[in-house]
Amino acid sequence: MSGLFAEEWAVFPGHYAGHLRLALGALLMGLIISVPLGTLVARRQVFAGPALAAASVVQTIPGLALLALMVPLMGGMIGFWPAFTALSLYSILPILRNTIVGLQGVDQDVREAALAVGMTANQRLREIDLPLAAPVIVAGLRTASAWVVGTATLSTPVGARSLGNYIFQGLQTRNWDAVLFGCLISAALALALDQVIGQFEKAALKRSRRHALAGGIGLALVIAPALSLFVEGGTSRRAAGNPERPAATVSLEGQTITIGAKGFTEQYILADLLKRTLEAKGARVEIRDGLGTTVAFDALASGEVDVYVDYTGTIWAALMKRDDPAQRSAMYARVSAWLLNERGVMAFGKLGFENAYAFATSPQTAAGNQLETIADLSGKDLAIASDPEFFGRSEWTRTRDAYGLQSLDPRSMDSAFMYDAVKNGEVDLVTAYTTDGRIDAFDLVLLEDTLSVLPPYDAFILLSPEAQESAALLNALEPLQGAISTELMRAANSKVDLERQSVSQAGAWLYEEVSPASE
Amino acid sequence: MLLRADRLTKTFADTVAVDQVSFELKAGETLALIGHSGCGKTTTLKMLNRLIEPDNGVVELDGAVASGMAGHEWRRRIGFVIQNAGLFPHKTVAENVLVTPGLLGWDRARQQAKLHELLDMVGLPARDYAHRYPAELSGGQRQRIGLARALAGEPDIVLMDEPFAALDPLTKDGLIADIARLRRELGFASVLVTHDFGEALRLADRIAVMDGGRIVQTGTARDLIASPANKVVEDLLAAPRLMAATVGRAFGEGGS
Ligand SMILES: Nc1ncnc2c1ncn2[C@@H]1O[C@H](COP(=O)(O)OP(=O)(O)OP(=O)(O)O)[C@@H](O)[C@H]1O
Ligand SMILES: [Mg+2]
Repeated sequence: MSGLFAEEWAVFPGHYAGHLRLALGALLMGLIISVPLGTLVARRQVFAGPALAAASVVQTIPGLALLALMVPLMGGMIGFWPAFTALSLYSILPILRNTIVGLQGVDQDVREAALAVGMTANQRLREIDLPLAAPVIVAGLRTASAWVVGTATLSTPVGARSLGNYIFQGLQTRNWDAVLFGCLISAALALALDQVIGQFEKAALKRSRRHALAGGIGLALVIAPALSLFVEGGTSRRAAGNPERPAATVSLEGQTITIGAKGFTEQYILADLLKRTLEAKGARVEIRDGLGTTVAFDALASGEVDVYVDYTGTIWAALMKRDDPAQRSAMYARVSAWLLNERGVMAFGKLGFENAYAFATSPQTAAGNQLETIADLSGKDLAIASDPEFFGRSEWTRTRDAYGLQSLDPRSMDSAFMYDAVKNGEVDLVTAYTTDGRIDAFDLVLLEDTLSVLPPYDAFILLSPEAQESAALLNALEPLQGAISTELMRAANSKVDLERQSVSQAGAWLYEEVSPASE
Repeated sequence: MLLRADRLTKTFADTVAVDQVSFELKAGETLALIGHSGCGKTTTLKMLNRLIEPDNGVVELDGAVASGMAGHEWRRRIGFVIQNAGLFPHKTVAENVLVTPGLLGWDRARQQAKLHELLDMVGLPARDYAHRYPAELSGGQRQRIGLARALAGEPDIVLMDEPFAALDPLTKDGLIADIARLRRELGFASVLVTHDFGEALRLADRIAVMDGGRIVQTGTARDLIASPANKVVEDLLAAPRLMAATVGRAFGEGGS
């Protein structure tokens, strides 16, 4: 590692290009939809009202929710298109509103004079209405541009690469450099686009070549950093399960494998490990990280992602919608059977560690309240923090009912901040992940689940319907089966969460630990 | 006959704005439409160039019927001047004036010649004014450019809706003189809407008095003064008559 933000710059072209593609695409779409629509409805108050109301409603949906909603609405598709669609919807309102307001603001005498001198309705629209409304429309475009560039950072969880990848990964792995970098670049892009739009606006108003040129150069400068990707990249082709390739090939040479990862430290490290493992066999690897649980799985089922790691308990509760506890031994078999039969997804072996939820508390709280088992919490008035996902699952309600935990006060909190919160006594309990390095580092006390209510969370590899056809891929992944103990995973997680190493450093370390060559 | 309006009628919701209005205009002739606020002058004028489509009635210009062609083509043959000029704020004086010639497909040389001729005629020479924007002109200058724009397509007739209403008396006098001169030089006919009997007197060959959407009397100023048809016409003349007496007395005393 050398130089400021060296690690961030390394992945910059891809993140930036993804972000720019989303933002510029959405703005263009906003213009293409809003200006004609606004023109059509501006003179018809009956339509103008409802059109604005509809657009305003879209605007009140929080960005992250709108992006997430697009995934199911678009049949489980993830990546560029749902993000692009949501952002386009976002850019419609400000442009539409300003088109309508701008057109309605054109002086009535001037509009009448345009007809009186012999213009047709279309000529008046082109020569008078639109030029006079242009400054207002452009102001709307600027607002849209600021919103879209900012909101595009939220496309990471739906699998579209953007500057948000820095922010989401940075938040999860507490890499503040990455967060700062993502924010700075995103802000710089917003400012730059504003300047470019401003130049084009002046060019149009004053019919000035100089401003048009400045705008053109500005736009070229904004796009240029994204282009380095194509110079280096060449065409990438999806090749997992490519029928032209005989299934028996051992090498993954020339194939592109897409690895998925959800948005927390362990998943980032495992994606890095998978990447190293597959690249060693010659594959080209793309990573889609920061995905939400169901987004990651849907992407796998639809073949947009070839491989990722999930946990038995997650599939059991979140996808199979089972709320009965299962025997640890039977669970993996039942989960893998369900995956194959219901979704065509292959469960390709457990990694060897478990990352369950465990009720954890600080030594002080444990001592003060005489806590050893979950049952000891019954009737106590304590605050418990967990990720929002957990409180929505049946295992929480089941645990609560089984142990009589109604008196606990549940608080949703991002997992990145939970451990510090419990250590500092801001909350009394957290649902810790059993592979988290901070359990040891902070001396946290894990409360025993005497009734075995909490389900097992064995990590295992999932393969998409296409990917499981590739024998070479199966060969390459096989050494990972059973290779990672809970201690090993916890150690890798602490490297990032506690020792402040980068994900790729931790991934490299883990790769060395598990690869057969090093044994 | 250049212009013929035959039984023009327009109803808005439940107000009859114009009720069976008919008149004729010879080439080069000026008719003033005068009457109280809301009596239907503007509506009548706009039906002539089809900015308002009549419910009933016919307009003929040079033998052609208005409803027989597209509205924009009809309007390219008719000049139109309104109270605050209605210049296009994002276009220069030259561009404003040359809109209609452009729409008529004139070549560049003819357009430039027309621009210079008209700007000279209204006293705002092209060298100094052609490249200005409307915001860079005074109210009177704007109104002159509005007049030049209305005349640029060489129309046979110009419609004017209270073109002097927003001007101070001196500017107004100058513009009235200019219009009178232009009319002599170019020979266009015009319909002038006004509240002011004095303006009508100075510019119009004939005056039509409107009340409640109808024309109640048409004639020369002399006809109206000599034999007003009804109370409305008499009322309309009362104020100018008083003014004339006062002014006449003042000048009489001052002159002796
Ligand atoms: N677009 C419209 N909708 C409804 N009513 C209208 C409309 N235009 C005019 N009117 C009505 O028609 C009548 C005649 O209006 P018009 O503008 O022709 O009057 P005017 O003689 O020009 O008055 P003024 O001297 O005040 O300009 C008025 O009663 C007016 O309220
Ligand atoms: Mg009027």
